[in-house]
Amino acid sequence: MRMTRLIALIKKDLKHTVREPAMLFQILLFPLLVTVVFGLAFGAMDSGSTTTFSIGVVNMDSGSEHPEWAGYFVGNLTSLNGTVVSSYDSNATGQVDLLNGNLHALVVLPAGFGASCNSYWLAPLDGNSWTNTTVELYVDSGSMIAGSAVPPMIQQVLLRTLYGETVASLDLPLTIGRPASVAASTFTAWDYMAPGMYAFASIFLVMTVAQTMTVERDTGLIKRMSTTPVTASEFILSKTASNMVLALGQVIIVFGASYAIGYRPETDITGMAFAFVIALVFALTCVGFGLITAVLSKSAEVATGLSFVFIMPMMFFGTFMQFGGLTQSIGAFMPSNYLTHALTTLFLRGASVTTLSLWTDLLVVAVVSILVLAAGVILFGKQIRK
Amino acid sequence: MSENAIQISNLTVRFGSVTAVDGLNLEVKWGELFGLLGPNGAGKTTTIKVLSTLLRPTEGIARVGGHDVTKEQEDIREIIGVCPQEPSFYPFLTGRENIELYGDFHSMPKKTLKERVDSLIQRIGMEDHANRRAREYSGGMIRRVSTLMALVHDPKVALLDEPTVAMDPVSRRSVWEFIRELKHNGKAIILTTHYMEEAEELCDRVGIIDQGRLIAIGTPSDLKKEYGAEHLEDVFIRLTGKKLKEDV
Ligand SMILES: Nc1ncnc2c1ncn2[C@@H]1O[C@H](COP(=O)(O)OP(=O)(O)OP(=O)(O)O)[C@@H](O)[C@H]1O
Ligand SMILES: [Mg+2]
Repeated sequence: MRMTRLIALIKKDLKHTVREPAMLFQILLFPLLVTVVFGLAFGAMDSGSTTTFSIGVVNMDSGSEHPEWAGYFVGNLTSLNGTVVSSYDSNATGQVDLLNGNLHALVVLPAGFGASCNSYWLAPLDGNSWTNTTVELYVDSGSMIAGSAVPPMIQQVLLRTLYGETVASLDLPLTIGRPASVAASTFTAWDYMAPGMYAFASIFLVMTVAQTMTVERDTGLIKRMSTTPVTASEFILSKTASNMVLALGQVIIVFGASYAIGYRPETDITGMAFAFVIALVFALTCVGFGLITAVLSKSAEVATGLSFVFIMPMMFFGTFMQFGGLTQSIGAFMPSNYLTHALTTLFLRGASVTTLSLWTDLLVVAVVSILVLAAGVILFGKQIRK
Repeated sequence: MSENAIQISNLTVRFGSVTAVDGLNLEVKWGELFGLLGPNGAGKTTTIKVLSTLLRPTEGIARVGGHDVTKEQEDIREIIGVCPQEPSFYPFLTGRENIELYGDFHSMPKKTLKERVDSLIQRIGMEDHANRRAREYSGGMIRRVSTLMALVHDPKVALLDEPTVAMDPVSRRSVWEFIRELKHNGKAIILTTHYMEEAEELCDRVGIIDQGRLIAIGTPSDLKKEYGAEHLEDVFIRLTGKKLKEDV
C-alpha cells in the first residue's frame, strides 16, 4: 500500500469528475439543481419563520341591518397571527387575484351574514328560528399549505366572531395540552423534503461508480495498471476514497444550496456533524452497489441501465419521495430510508444527537454499508484479478 | 541479478482448443534488444502478456529478471514496463498526466518524475501537445504517449507490443533512438513488430514465430545469411509462407 499511488489514483478520479461534463452534471450539478428547484418550488424563502397567509374578504353584507358582524369577522381575522387581510368589492375581482397566486384564500361573507349571527343570539337554543347563510371559502389549490391551514383558521375566526373573546377565556376543568405538531403548521413542504435530498444525491453514485469501473475495465486500463505495482486493493480503495470525496462534496452542495435559499435545519453543530457522518456512511453503500453493478455489466451502457435496479427502489422508498402506506413497509428494507429518517429526526424534529433512534439509524446504515461494500469489493476484486 | 533478463522454457498457452503459444523456448540477455516477429495471430501478444503477468501459462515456465511469472508477480511488476498492443490511456487526462500517472504508480519521486517527463516529451516531439487532453490525440500521438507510459520509470525490462505502429517516420525514428538508449543502459527489451526494417535496424536478435512456434532465431544478419536473403522480409516470407503452404 503506497500513498503516492493512492493519491495519484484519487486525483485521477477527481479530475475525471471535474473535466467530464456528464460526470460533473451527474455528481455535483444535478444535486445542486434539484435542491434549488425543489427548494424554491416547495419552500417559502422565509420558511424558518412563520408563514403568512394573504386572505381576501368580499363583504356582501355591508348594506344590511347588522353590518357590525362582518366588521367583527374581519377584525378577528386581521388580529390572527400570520394573516394579511385585504378586502374586495366583488367575488370576481377576488377570484382573479386568487388564480394569479396573489391570495392564499378568499372568503365571501354573504348578504344576510349579520342577520344570521343575530338570529342565533336571539334564540341560541332554537335552531328552527335561525336564518341560515353560507360563508364561501376559496383556497389556492396551488398551495399545499394553504389548503390545509386556512380552513381551520377561518373556522376559528367564525367561532370567535359568534361567541366573542369569552369562548377563549372560559374557565374549564380541562386544559388541552398544545400538541407539538401545531408548530409544524409553520413548516413548508420543503422542510419535509430537504432531509431526503441527501440520500437522493448520493444514490446516483451507484451509476457513476458502475460506469467508471466498467469503462476502466473494458478499455484495458485496469489490465494495464496491473502490470505495474498497483494492487487490486489499492485500486478499489482509491475508487472508494475518491467517491467519498465526491459524496462529501454532494452533502456540502445540498446543504449549502438549501441554506442559500433560506432553509434552516433545526439542529446545532453536533447535529450537523452527525448528519455528515451518516450521509457519508450511506455513500459507501452506493459505492458498493456501484461495484456490484460493474461486475454484472458487460459494458458502460449496460451498467447505466442496471444501476437503476439499485437507484430506483432506494429513491422511491427512501428519499423525499415518500408516499406512505405500502411504500413505508418497503422502505424498511432500503438503507436510504434510514438516512432520510435520521436527517428528518435531526433537521425537522430538532432532536439532539443523544436520541436513540439516530444511533439505531446509523447502525443500520453502517451495517448495510459494510456488507454491500464488502460484497462489491470481493466480487470486483475477483473479476479484475482473473 | 539473474543471468538472463527473460527466460522462457517450453511455454504453452491454450485458449480452449486454440493453442496460441506452443512449446516456446527463448532467452533474452540484459542489454539485449530482442524482436519478436510473426504474422497475425502468431502468438506474439500472448507471449508478451505472459511476461507481463497478465496471463498464466498453461504449461512451461517463464521468468522475468529471475522471477517466476506465476509466483513472483509483484517482483516482476516492479521492474517491467509494458506497452500493450491496444494503447490504454485516460482520455480526460492530458498526455503529460497519463505519463506522470504511470510514474506515480512506480512511486517515482515528484521532482525526478517531472524532469524525466519533460525530457521524454521533448525527445518524442510531443512538447506542443503534451498538455492537451488525450482524447483529442491522433492515433500516432496516442502511441507515442503510450510508449512513454511504459518507459517513464526506466524499467529494467521493457515489453513493447508493436510500439511504433501508426507512427510517422520521424516519430518512429525518435522512438527507436530512445529504445536503443535503454539497451545501452543495460536494460532488456522485447518488442514485437510487423515492420521488417525496424527489426533489421534495431534488434540484436530476432525470433520469428508462427502458430505459436519459434521457427527461426538469430541476429538479422545471420538469418539473412542462413536463408540467402537480401532482406529480413524475404526470410520472413520464405519461412512463414512455406509453413503456410505446407499446412494447406
Ligand atoms: N483471450 C483469448 N481468447 C481466445 N483466443 C485468444 C485470446 N487471445 C488470443 N487468442 C488467440 O491466440 C492466438 C494468438 O493471438 P495473439 O494475439 O498472441 O497474436 P499476435 O501474434 O499478437 O497477432 P497480431 O500480429 O495480430 O497482434 C490467436 O489465434 C488468437 O485468436
Ligand atoms: Mg499482437
